[in-house]
Amino acid sequence: MSAPDTPKRSMRTPLGRVRNLGAAHSGTSDFWRQRITAVAMTLLMLPVIVIVMMTLGSNQAGAKVILGSLPIAVIMLLFIVASAWHMKIGMQVVIEDYVHNEKLKLISVMLNNFFSIAVALAATYAILKLSSGV
Amino acid sequence: MVEFALPKNSKITGGKTWPKPAGATETREFRVYRWNPDDGKNPSVDTYYVDTHDCGPMVLDGLIWIKNNIDPSLTFRRSCREGVCGSCAMNIDGQNTLACTRSMHDVKDGAVKINPLPHQPVVKDLVPDLTNFYAQYASIEPWLKTTSPTPQKEWKQSHEDREKLDGLYECILCACCSTSCPSYWWNSDRYLGPAALLQANRWVKDSRDEATGERLDNLEDPFRLYRCHTIMNCAKACPKGLNPAEAIAELKLKMVERQI
Repeated sequence: MSAPDTPKRSMRTPLGRVRNLGAAHSGTSDFWRQRITAVAMTLLMLPVIVIVMMTLGSNQAGAKVILGSLPIAVIMLLFIVASAWHMKIGMQVVIEDYVHNEKLKLISVMLNNFFSIAVALAATYAILKLSSGV
Repeated sequence: MVEFALPKNSKITGGKTWPKPAGATETREFRVYRWNPDDGKNPSVDTYYVDTHDCGPMVLDGLIWIKNNIDPSLTFRRSCREGVCGSCAMNIDGQNTLACTRSMHDVKDGAVKINPLPHQPVVKDLVPDLTNFYAQYASIEPWLKTTSPTPQKEWKQSHEDREKLDGLYECILCACCSTSCPSYWWNSDRYLGPAALLQANRWVKDSRDEATGERLDNLEDPFRLYRCHTIMNCAKACPKGLNPAEAIAELKLKMVERQI
């Protein structure tokens, strides 16, 4: 995560600055996962809209009945996992693009991870609770 | 954070309007970015009037006419005057391009507005400091790398394999693409940029090269390669009609291909 020395402060050669710490040998996994989750969300979007519309106007007992169906619960859980993962990767890209202060970047990436995991777990817990009828 | 506004000492102030050439029947207005590192002043935009009957049709012809007839201190790079060397890359009417291949008649709406390539340190007037850009090109090691014994004659390549380099080998490293890319503006210290990545793909795709995996290893990095978000400014800007965004997409595809 550390940025190369700026030309003003350093007498390193331009090539030394470009090579810096070398390649991280990572990034492809996130790139690939971002595509997988995007495709998954595209496929799941329509069923999720239908399910949400089905629950409109119903009370908690009605929602429990709808989410008690295994295929519906699975669709909702898949959508939560895909969207939370996609959100985490997408936000990390934005942070890496625009936040150049190393400490602030580290903290932002960490908070982004915490937030995404918390959102995913909370939503998963809610779906499981409703679908199990507890 | 990223700097969205120009630093205080880069803000453009005023500028001189030079008199119209005496006896000219038809003139074209040129507004040119000026900055002199020696006078301690902020950059300015000077206005010149070019006698179009005494000058060639290209923007570079206009600049040379200004330098020869009005203001010899105007500084810019130029060499071949036919779109081969890439020296006269600059921002003309809001688009990075080569001054030698952009006709001043193609610039609509009044004045021909000329600035140096964006988001690079300026050496003087229209001359950007491309040290980092060239170092990034050097970092992709743009030469044939082999381990097999060197053949008696040349390294052979089929016609089909040679055709795979079309659209890549034509790059003249003018830097129009890289300096038009917002990702490169924000992260040029770590992101290699469209030009260097297009050149990297040129060597990755070369059937004679034996260091393909090593080259991909060198690029596999969240910043070196994956700062490209397919904005496509590079393809729009390229004065040679190349598509660096496609070359970068091919590199990403190869990265995935070797993992799955």
